[in-house]
Amino acid sequence: MRATSPAPFWSARPYLLNGLALSFALFFSVAVGAVWIPPQIMVRLLAVLVLPLDLSDVPTAYQTIVHGVRLPHAILMALTGAALGSSGAAYQGLFRNPLADPYLIGVASGAGLGAVIALALRWPSTLGGWMIVPLAAFGGALLTVFIVYRLAKVNQSLPTTTLILAGVAVSSFATALTSFIMLRSRDELHRALSWLLGGSTMNGWTPVWAAFPYILSGFLVLWSLSHTLNVLQFGEEQAQQLGIAVERAKLGLILAASLTTAAAVSFSGLIGFIGLIVPHTMRLLWGADYRQLLPLSALGGACALLLADLLARVALAPQVLPVGVVTALAGAPFFLWLLRRAKNELVW
Amino acid sequence: MQVGVTLSLRSIRVAYNGKAVLKDVSLQIRSGEVLALVGPNGAGKTTLIRTVSGILTPTRGTVRVNERDLGELSPVERAKFMAVVPQARQLPPTFTVYQTVMLGRTPHMGWLGFPRKEDEEIVHQVLVRTQLEALAHRRIGELSGGEQQRVLLARALAQNTPILLLDEPTAHLDLHHQALILKLMQQTVQECGLAVLLAIHDLNLVSLYADRVALLVDGRLQREGHPAQVLTKKEIERAYGIEVDLLEHPRLSAPLIIPKSNASTERIAYVT
Repeated sequence: MRATSPAPFWSARPYLLNGLALSFALFFSVAVGAVWIPPQIMVRLLAVLVLPLDLSDVPTAYQTIVHGVRLPHAILMALTGAALGSSGAAYQGLFRNPLADPYLIGVASGAGLGAVIALALRWPSTLGGWMIVPLAAFGGALLTVFIVYRLAKVNQSLPTTTLILAGVAVSSFATALTSFIMLRSRDELHRALSWLLGGSTMNGWTPVWAAFPYILSGFLVLWSLSHTLNVLQFGEEQAQQLGIAVERAKLGLILAASLTTAAAVSFSGLIGFIGLIVPHTMRLLWGADYRQLLPLSALGGACALLLADLLARVALAPQVLPVGVVTALAGAPFFLWLLRRAKNELVW
Repeated sequence: MQVGVTLSLRSIRVAYNGKAVLKDVSLQIRSGEVLALVGPNGAGKTTLIRTVSGILTPTRGTVRVNERDLGELSPVERAKFMAVVPQARQLPPTFTVYQTVMLGRTPHMGWLGFPRKEDEEIVHQVLVRTQLEALAHRRIGELSGGEQQRVLLARALAQNTPILLLDEPTAHLDLHHQALILKLMQQTVQECGLAVLLAIHDLNLVSLYADRVALLVDGRLQREGHPAQVLTKKEIERAYGIEVDLLEHPRLSAPLIIPKSNASTERIAYVT
């Protein structure tokens, strides 16, 4: 290989590996549940999605469980994980801080507050009604990210300490308000608590369709800005000297990352650490080029959250843990390890 | 490449929080010449570089390229006119040399940043020119300070602009890397006819590598001209507040400046 042969920023291997892992995670997520479904029926129930198969001999109960409950739940988890993974990568790149995560910097809590306010006004029941929720969450997310940014900024940089402190403070405040609103609607208490801890509280396809357009469009905007994110890693001043309209780019990144986070939080609750662990792992495995890092973080996030969700469902079966509990149990030690490393060197 | 540009600064005044950092500075740099910007710490050298590159907006005066006011240009248009070599500090360590140099193509690429054949060709040429070819796929975090500085020079050269601004590119470098960076700069100026503004501390390097010198003191242009005219005992002692000896270079007609070892420190304290 010639020494300066253009390093291909795109290579198929990481996508294949991550795609394979995601397929397995999806399969097990659908296959495992309270009701045992024989594997051969399971496979046919999944194959029917892409092949014209005759399922008249399969009990309708199985069909309902797989197509009406487990599959949409798995897809919602995958979408949520993809949203948190990619927006986590984007926040880290935007703030040039390895510890930025939608949950830690308070964006998720702000989105949660917005969503809960929308839900508390009236629990909407049409798809259109549900699609309002992510918008309210978006408003909450934007409000928190601007407050945290203003609080944490020291001159031109965003040090870890102030970022995390501001994030924790604003996040606690938003979560407290959220709890307050939720506790006032008593019948929903259990559901509300579960949602706060990162448990999906809705069944069926409605949340999938309500979240999907927002997550997809947010992700596409982030991906289109991935070259900009690369340039921004050298600092805002150098980025501008390289021809980037920095303020406009930052605004676009914040809007898109916050929208993606907001859509995920609206229907899956407050799930921490996916946006921290996944981009880091991907960066270590495949390098720091955001054109790859963003899609790979989305794939990896989907995979990670599906596995966490699987664990949450089987660990204390038949009781279902909120998935946020699992991600926090795995993520908090990871965060501490990262913090220790970041003290000595900038880890990216 | 590009020929015949003139970068002119006309009565530039820059103020931070109402305090003037640059006062009425006017300069001209033409294609094919290196103008060294010297002066004590805090004289405004970096401020001047940041103003010319569009990071700071002058409160008065204009920066023009061939009569075109740079204040009217967008960052992309401006980045096609001039590239900046900053000091190599806090670079993202996991980027490879190749990726970093390719970022210099940003103003010429589309918004999505897909490199074309032409971009790859230029990056290759620049890597060869700056002797970074063997390091192309190394991560910049693994490189020495001198190599990192060369990567930033390469990135600026890949930008393929008629004007090059360098902000103390030799600070913290050893003798070998100082000479290498400035030689590369000089070669490129001669071959490609760049107009170069070089902020630098080392006055001896200035007499070796610069065509003209602008001596900036306390935000004002104290003197400007050929190194032998500006780097005189009188001007230097006045600017830096320290007694110096001037020697003639053994082979070139360039002044070498040596601070007097027993020079009084009183005036240094006064200046800083």
